[in-house]
Amino acid sequence: MKAKVYVTLKNGILDPQGKAVQHSLETMEFPEILDVRQGKVFEVTMKDGISKAEAEKRVTSMAEQLLANTVMENFRVEIE
Amino acid sequence: MRFGVVVFPGSNCDHDCYHIASHVMGMETEFIWHKDSADLSRFDCIILPGGFSYGDYLRPGAISTHSPIMKEIKTYAESGRLLIGICNGFQVLVEAGLLPGVLMRNRTLKFICRDVYLKVENNDTPFTSEYSKAEVIKVPIAHHDGNYFADDETLKSLKDNDQILFSYSTSEGETSVEANPNGSALNIAGICNKERNVLGMMPHPERCAEDILGNEDGKRLFESIIKNFK
Repeated sequence: MKAKVYVTLKNGILDPQGKAVQHSLETMEFPEILDVRQGKVFEVTMKDGISKAEAEKRVTSMAEQLLANTVMENFRVEIE
Repeated sequence: MRFGVVVFPGSNCDHDCYHIASHVMGMETEFIWHKDSADLSRFDCIILPGGFSYGDYLRPGAISTHSPIMKEIKTYAESGRLLIGICNGFQVLVEAGLLPGVLMRNRTLKFICRDVYLKVENNDTPFTSEYSKAEVIKVPIAHHDGNYFADDETLKSLKDNDQILFSYSTSEGETSVEANPNGSALNIAGICNKERNVLGMMPHPERCAEDILGNEDGKRLFESIIKNFK
C-alpha cells in the first residue's frame, strides 16, 4: 500500500521560496504566472495487509504528528 | 544549582552553553545525550542549544522533537523548572508544542549571522530580571529559519500575557520594520510560556556572555537565572 502526503503552506502565509521560484519563471518568459507556492510531497510505502481506510487513518496521524506543522501547513493524504 | 545541556546530533552550540554555565558562571553543568531517557529531576535549568539537529531535515527541530529525551523534557518543563531553547533549541520547543507558534525561513531566504539589537520587553521573569525594562542589548543571531509566525489570536495572547521577552529593535529601542532581520511577527526574538519557566529565543546570549568575546550583554540572562534560583 502506498500513500502520498501533500504538504502545503496555509493561505496567507508568506512563501519567500515560492516567490523566488515565481520570479525566476517570470524572467524565463512565463508571463502567464499569477502565483507559485512551494510545498512537499511524501511517498509512504506501508506493509501489506492494511486496509485502505486504516492506511488513511494511520497516514493522517503521521502527517499530524510529524510530516506537517499544522501551525503553518495544510496536508492532504492520497492512498494509491 | 545544576545546569544541563542537551546534545542532539547536529547541535553545535552545546559546548558554548556548557562553557558559559560551567566555566563563566561556575555552575555544575552536564551534557545530556538526546537518546537518554534518564530522569532529569536533578537539573534546575536545561538548555536546548543551537545548531542544526538532524541537518534541519523536514523542518528545523522537527525530528529532534521525537528524540527519547524530549518526553522527559516535557515532564521536566511541567514541573516548573527552567528550560531554555536557543536558536535551534527554540525551533525544537515550538515544534514540540512547549511554546506557541513556528519559526519559518527568513524573509530574505538568507542565512543571517550578525549582531542585532534587542529590546527587553519584559524583565519580570526568571530569565530577564537582571535587565531593565525597555533596555536595549546587543546579541548575535545566526540562523536561516528565525522568522517567527503565529496566528493573530496567539500573537494577541503572547502580548496580553507579557510573554514576549525580547524583540528586534534599533539601537534606540524602536521595534521597526527596518530593525527586523528575518520577518518575525511583532519583531519577536524571544518568548516564554505563560508559566514563565520555558524560554525560546533566536539570538545567542551564550555568544556574548564573557569579556573576552567583546560583549557581555548576554551574561545577565544567566545571572538572572542563577539569582532567581531558590
